[in-house]
Amino acid sequence: MSIRDKMLYLDKVTVSFDGFKALNELTLCIEPGEMRCIIGPNGAGKTTMMDVITGKTRPDSGTARFGRRIEQLELPGSDNGGDYWQGIDLLKMSEPEIAKAGIGRKFQKPTVFEQLTVFENLELALAGERSFLKMLFARLTAEERKRIDEILDIIGLAELRGAQGRILSHGQKQWLEIGMLLMQEPELLLVDEPVAGMTPHEIERTAHLLRSLAGEHTVVVVEHDMDFVRSIARRVTVLHEGSVLADGEMNQVQNDPRVIEVYLGA
Amino acid sequence: MLLLERKSVTVRDDRGSAFFLGAIALTAIAVPVLNRVVPPQSAFHLSAYGLTLIGKYLCYAMLALAVDLIWGYCGILSLGHAAFFSLGGYAMGMYLMRQIGPRGVYGDPVLPDFMVFLNYKKLPWFWYGFNHFWFALAMMLLVPAALGSVFGWFAFRSRVTGVYFSIITQALSYALMLAFFRNDMGFGGNNGFTDFKDILGFDLHSEATHVVLVVITAAALAASYLACRAIVGSRAGRVMRAIRDAESRTRFLGYSVESFKLWAFVFSAVVAGIAGALYVPQIGIINPSEFAPINSIEVVIWVAVGGRGTLYGAIAGAVLVNYAKTYLTGALPEVWLYALGALFVFVTVFLPRGLAGLLPASGKDEHTR
Repeated sequence: MSIRDKMLYLDKVTVSFDGFKALNELTLCIEPGEMRCIIGPNGAGKTTMMDVITGKTRPDSGTARFGRRIEQLELPGSDNGGDYWQGIDLLKMSEPEIAKAGIGRKFQKPTVFEQLTVFENLELALAGERSFLKMLFARLTAEERKRIDEILDIIGLAELRGAQGRILSHGQKQWLEIGMLLMQEPELLLVDEPVAGMTPHEIERTAHLLRSLAGEHTVVVVEHDMDFVRSIARRVTVLHEGSVLADGEMNQVQNDPRVIEVYLGA
Repeated sequence: MLLLERKSVTVRDDRGSAFFLGAIALTAIAVPVLNRVVPPQSAFHLSAYGLTLIGKYLCYAMLALAVDLIWGYCGILSLGHAAFFSLGGYAMGMYLMRQIGPRGVYGDPVLPDFMVFLNYKKLPWFWYGFNHFWFALAMMLLVPAALGSVFGWFAFRSRVTGVYFSIITQALSYALMLAFFRNDMGFGGNNGFTDFKDILGFDLHSEATHVVLVVITAAALAASYLACRAIVGSRAGRVMRAIRDAESRTRFLGYSVESFKLWAFVFSAVVAGIAGALYVPQIGIINPSEFAPINSIEVVIWVAVGGRGTLYGAIAGAVLVNYAKTYLTGALPEVWLYALGALFVFVTVFLPRGLAGLLPASGKDEHTR
């Protein structure tokens, strides 16, 4: 099967831990520019799925491919099939290689640099120079400064650019974390439970932020909060016991008797 | 309101820097005047003893600066920086020993006295070249740098961090002390080097030479301070602070944490080595007790008292604690170690940010972005 015009393609991915199948022949496709929510009860395999995509966990069987809209990158595991462009094989890549290829992941717990300012946090995440000697003498170019300013606007922290990370509220830290992810210019954003512990007002702003990212980026959100899911996603995938239980529009999924039984009705 | 907090830190750093550079310039001017111009009868005359004390404090301040750069900004707590200080000192000592030439007690034209005493027939190979100042100068920088890179490379690559790193730095310093105590190492055993005559042709018994040495040390301290300030203010310095606060997160952003730590550690070792090299001609002796683990621990106390992560705090801490030490070991010798311990406890409990944390944190906005 060709994955042309697919951003992410998981095919029959199985992961087992001591006989327990965390993922059971999971098959999932994500379109470019899509905003997809993955929901499911605890133990459904949501986090394991994220781990497989980012290279943290290797599956026992199955394939995971990442297609980019732009031309092929020179990365290990990429096979150039000309018209039959297959994307790059995530299972042959290390975590940093996958991150570099354009998959960014935001973890549940925000880990911004507490002693650095919001601006400096974004500066650190800036794609580009990473060597000590070059960074000793490097100054931010006007372009890079502009890029940081853009992200500050997107995440709504422009006013707090000079504030240290430690004084931010929980919600602001999450937004800064998303901003740091965006600095690395990922094609695909994996966002793990972004609104856990947020106030209703913060949840609303987060929904707005994630919605504004879809289109230019492809966004996959794992979330428990059903109101939040309803407010951001057109398409929802329900996982249950390591495979897809239902997939489709929120309303449709919500009324699916199997979904109600395992998750929503519980 | 919240914005002010960050700005005030920067303002405080700028003020601290200005204050420190002013003090160092004042020292560099006052020392020659008080020693050379003010007559010895005057109460304001700076004696040879005072001259040596000031020189010593300045060298210790440089050592504290080196420790603060890696501890305060990169989270690397080295309990072995006395080793780099001593190695720089030994390199200078070897040059000074070769300068003595035939004026030694035994009158051997090449071999230093201790070698004649220990029946050395010829100069060990690692003493070659130390009759040239330029060679000795290179060694003062290269030996601490080499030890720092090899040690740091193994430690950081193996991801040895926190208290484990501190313990192995302590062990490193202790091992070197034991090695240098051995007579057959060729470094004078437990007596080390002393009886120096002159440096670059200038008499080390003359106060004028010591005045120049103090001024040079002050200049070296100011230069090291500005270099450290430039490093911590650069983008690389921001990465160092990120490593200090969340090492694995920094690695996750694609930075090679090991290489940043290694560069900082080696630079710090070189600064410590220069401090040691300047210390030896002023004090007039170097022996293996300089490697003693307690010395490295004392440096950490100076930095903690002054306030880690500020640079100028480390310098103030080094000078103040050593002044207290000079006074107390003279007036109440048995009290000193208790006082030092109590000071460390007091600072840890009541002044977690050291004396620098007491500086007023108000001021106008100078933080421009």
